Amino acid sequence: MGKTFKRPEALAVQESHYCPGCTHGVAHRLVAEVIDELGVRGRTVGIAPVGCAVLAYNYFTFDFQEAAHGRAPAMATGIKRVRPDLVVFTYQGDGDLASIGMGEIIHAANRGEKFTTVFINNAVYGMTGGQMAPTTMPGQRTTTSPSGRDVNDVGMPIKVSELLAALNTPAYISRQSVIKPKYIVKAKKAIKTAFQYQLERRCFSFVELVSTCPTNWGLTPVEAVKWAEETLIPYYPLGEIKTPEKAEGGTDAK
Amino acid sequence: MGKILMKGNEAIGEAGIRAGCLNYFAYPITPQSEVAEYLSHRMPEAGGLFLQGESEVAVGYMIFGASACGERVFTTSSSPGISLMSEAISYIAGAQCPAVFVNIMRGGPGLGGILPSQADYFQATKGGGHGDYRLLVMAPASVQEAVEMVMMAFPLAEKYRNPVMILGDGLIGQMMEPVEFPENLKSEPSNKDDWATNGMDTRKSEKRNLVKSLFLDPVKLNENNLILKEKYERMKREEIRFEPYNTDSDYKILIVSYGTMSRVCKTAIDNLKAEGIDVGMIRPQTLFPFPEDAVFQAASKKSCRMALSVEMSMGQMVEDVERCVHGKCPVKWYGKCGGEVPTPEEIMDVVKSCLS
Repeated sequence: MGKTFKRPEALAVQESHYCPGCTHGVAHRLVAEVIDELGVRGRTVGIAPVGCAVLAYNYFTFDFQEAAHGRAPAMATGIKRVRPDLVVFTYQGDGDLASIGMGEIIHAANRGEKFTTVFINNAVYGMTGGQMAPTTMPGQRTTTSPSGRDVNDVGMPIKVSELLAALNTPAYISRQSVIKPKYIVKAKKAIKTAFQYQLERRCFSFVELVSTCPTNWGLTPVEAVKWAEETLIPYYPLGEIKTPEKAEGGTDAK
Repeated sequence: MGKILMKGNEAIGEAGIRAGCLNYFAYPITPQSEVAEYLSHRMPEAGGLFLQGESEVAVGYMIFGASACGERVFTTSSSPGISLMSEAISYIAGAQCPAVFVNIMRGGPGLGGILPSQADYFQATKGGGHGDYRLLVMAPASVQEAVEMVMMAFPLAEKYRNPVMILGDGLIGQMMEPVEFPENLKSEPSNKDDWATNGMDTRKSEKRNLVKSLFLDPVKLNENNLILKEKYERMKREEIRFEPYNTDSDYKILIVSYGTMSRVCKTAIDNLKAEGIDVGMIRPQTLFPFPEDAVFQAASKKSCRMALSVEMSMGQMVEDVERCVHGKCPVKWYGKCGGEVPTPEEIMDVVKSCLS
């Protein structure tokens, strides 16, 4: 019997710099598996964000660019517009995408840019040390909301997938999670669907992944999964949020 | 092809296409919106790409992304827009990508005004964005020169893997002059396979490329900055361009002036000559690298009693003039920067007051 579980070719042999219990590793692996399965590694360009995944390029074995904070969708637009044959994705966290980069993601989605975004939502800034994010939950304590997020002062957490889905331009928008195997299987399916829409030059494609950050939540990895499941998922419901209408043409003519 | 009459902004857009650049991203801002308007129909006609971004911030990164995957790309903007693009310009310089930025300057600071200015000299030549980087900055004094500089900018950006900026004032963009697009300034994009993220299949390589400006290891960051510094030193050796005017005479006053302002100064110099007063001028065509030696030599001439920096700013280039004159003679500044262009008569009066 041959090997049934092996490292995807798109994933590098590299020691992880992520914290114990962090789900970035799972999300990276899912992206790598999808790129392998679609056979597009040789024409893929990833764009790393600013945040914990700023070094994401260390874990992949294909071309990568590094963006400024929040600007990955503009860079992806630049690439995809001048080289439509390349497979382009951005990998962004909640501080990067939903705060400083909100303008860039909304306009890229609204133009229907034919790239894919993987959005890691763990309700907190990671790399800068656990500050409040636009997706931080009401009452959630962070280093800049030490008494808990006060929604009367800073508003409610932003549901990015729903916000993008409200745009009239056709898009594929899905929210999944990577905190348990049962969610991971669906998350992979959504990521693959998103890349397939890109290959068909159909629409902008976006997968939000509800994730954990035990370090900045001040929880153990096991407690973090429990908190995500009991607190985040009810507010950020999982599932397909928007799919594109059947469109004419749009084949992957390389 | 013969000469045709064109507005500066439209000629600048056409020059990008003639230089072999078929990718243009932009955001509208006065006084250069005609470039975007022109290219919105001319680019598709030429088989190229036109895209209007949602902000100058985003456009800066569209340029970065396109450049980083190896394609020729350019944008045009005006002062406040360049401030917003300066973040991306810093990243592009740090990641060593070629790109061409055109700044048709208007008055500042803040919203300032929409009339011609040269008040972005510091921003263009000393940084603008954060970190240790420089742009190769060229300053045209006519629509024809703007066309030539835009066409020259692409191979220069690729030679140095660094952004090049064309720094024109609002008059260069708004006035109409006869132009021609020199065939000899057409160029083929260089091969970028050794660094560009153009896809491994494209370059038939198993080695992946990475475009980044982050170096967490202080030794590595210092090394990267030394590579950048060496490029800027090489620009100083190889790219300085300037035009001397009436410097064969025994002038007592040396004017240093660039862009539209230098044309007014030329008229003043001609008028003064008719009155028997000789004034010399150095017109920098590259603002970085600055024609340091030319200014020093011209100021060192035995007859020269004073150097005068004439610019449409409150005294920015004058700091470089002082640095280069190196104490050989006193240095003065004259200028306006509300959007009015000083007249030849004003310059003549200033020169005469310097002589009295």
